[in-house]
Amino acid sequence: MIEIKKVSKSFDEQPVLNGVELIIEDGSSHVIIGRSGCGKSVLLKHIVGLLKPDEGDIWVDNVSVVSMRRRELYKTRVKIGMLFQGSALFDSMNVEENISLGVREHRMFPHDEISDRVAAKLELVDLHGIQKKFPSELSGGMKKRVSLARALMMEPKYMLYDEPTTGLDPVMADAINDLIISVRDRLGVTSIVVTHDMASAYKVGDHISMLHEGLVNFSGTPDEIRKSKNRVVQNFITGNQVVVA
Amino acid sequence: MVSTLTRALGRNIIDFFEKSGGMFILLAQIFFESKTVIRDRRIIIEQMHAVGVMSLPLVTVTSLFTGAVSAWQAAYQFEGFVSLTYLGGATAIAIFMELGPVLTALVLAGRIGASIAAELGTMKVTEQIDALECLAISPVRYLAMPRFWAVVIMLPVLTIYANVIALFGAYVVASTLLDVSATMFFDSVQQFFELRNLFGGLTKSVAFGASIALVGCYVGFKTFGGAEGVGRSTIDAFVFSAILILVNDYILAMLIF
Ligand SMILES: Nc1ncnc2c1ncn2[C@@H]1O[C@H](COP(=O)(O)OP(=O)(O)OP(=O)(O)O)[C@@H](O)[C@H]1O
Ligand SMILES: [Mg+2]
Repeated sequence: MIEIKKVSKSFDEQPVLNGVELIIEDGSSHVIIGRSGCGKSVLLKHIVGLLKPDEGDIWVDNVSVVSMRRRELYKTRVKIGMLFQGSALFDSMNVEENISLGVREHRMFPHDEISDRVAAKLELVDLHGIQKKFPSELSGGMKKRVSLARALMMEPKYMLYDEPTTGLDPVMADAINDLIISVRDRLGVTSIVVTHDMASAYKVGDHISMLHEGLVNFSGTPDEIRKSKNRVVQNFITGNQVVVA
Repeated sequence: MVSTLTRALGRNIIDFFEKSGGMFILLAQIFFESKTVIRDRRIIIEQMHAVGVMSLPLVTVTSLFTGAVSAWQAAYQFEGFVSLTYLGGATAIAIFMELGPVLTALVLAGRIGASIAAELGTMKVTEQIDALECLAISPVRYLAMPRFWAVVIMLPVLTIYANVIALFGAYVVASTLLDVSATMFFDSVQQFFELRNLFGGLTKSVAFGASIALVGCYVGFKTFGGAEGVGRSTIDAFVFSAILILVNDYILAMLIF
């Protein structure tokens, strides 16, 4: 279980998060929506301890990632896979090296199993035979899927997806949605999905929260959010431009 | 006017202490992460190779001409006062103690220090460093530590090479333009050369190598602001490490010689 407790964060006096409260139950897939720049990526980075909150705390499996020592933090990070918004593949490594770096460094599998496992993970994201290609030779959508394979390689208990479908064609986007669902159902991975894409939010989320002006202003099931009377929520999910007075 | 000046000065002083403090912390972290040097030998050797390949041509050209110029200059200063039989010894000592170590270090600051800053800076702004952290791999261990040791080991090696090339350059000028025979030149080198000149110079290179790598890694890790930020970091890395090399050179010269 991941618990975000009254987390606040400012950059240069500019508040981004302002007391965010969120609980992500094991086995669920929790979608976080919100306008561009509202702090969704910042929130994900707090969960893996890449950013420290000014106030508040984040608990992963009943331990605080904020006050944790480095060694413990690394143990927790092994349990969390992260798909970065910009893929963040290592430029100097080919696809196979990118995907296997984590398990090689942590010696998670025997050496001779690694290339088969890389191939299997690539298969999972519908990519074949690109092990020797470098990130600069891949399209944006392919990079995203390689990055996803890299995160899944460590067999995490939690997966954080930062806009997994942005920049993909609709068919591929839907395939990624299916993948997120199957990763959750088959491997029992708890997922947090940040997205702008409401179709994707409804499809993969069993819980949707909206981030607005540094706070969670709505949290509920997809059905509940559709019926929400909150103007800000309605404007966002219908893509309506009406300005709230 | 005065207050803006003092404020700017104050900011620079704070900035200076913040940077030096940050670099000391990074140095401590690098030493701490060095417990895996044996395990990580492959990455270190890869980096050493990169350092060597990238800087060899430049070091060759620089030291060849430095040696040539130093022989010519020494001969000019000797004129009428000192016999040219001392030329070999005088240039050799200047090369081993000062020119070899300092110029090789400055070349590497431009070539390697800047490239470390650019590489790590790019990784920083494209979130590759964050991605490493997420895989529970320490960027200091995986990126900074191997680069640090690679430069600290390779700079003295390259300096020895530069010394030899520079001496050769000096000899070529001495024999072709100044009419100094090979025996005269190298006898004089032997007569004046002491091993402690060489080791003093190499001690300096170790310190210079540490400065170059440390500044490159520190500036790289602190990069922000996209491609423009990477460009800024590249220049900063060269400027800071060049200053550090010259200051260190002065301090170490006082201590060693
Ligand atoms: N390291 C940082 N330093 C300074 N400001 C930052 C930093 N990271 C994020 N911010 C600021 O925090 C705010 C939220 O950024 P964030 O990336 O979380 O937005 P987002 O909700 O993910 O937007 P998008 O949907 O466009 O990805 C932005 O105003 C951004 O400028
Ligand atoms: Mg974002």
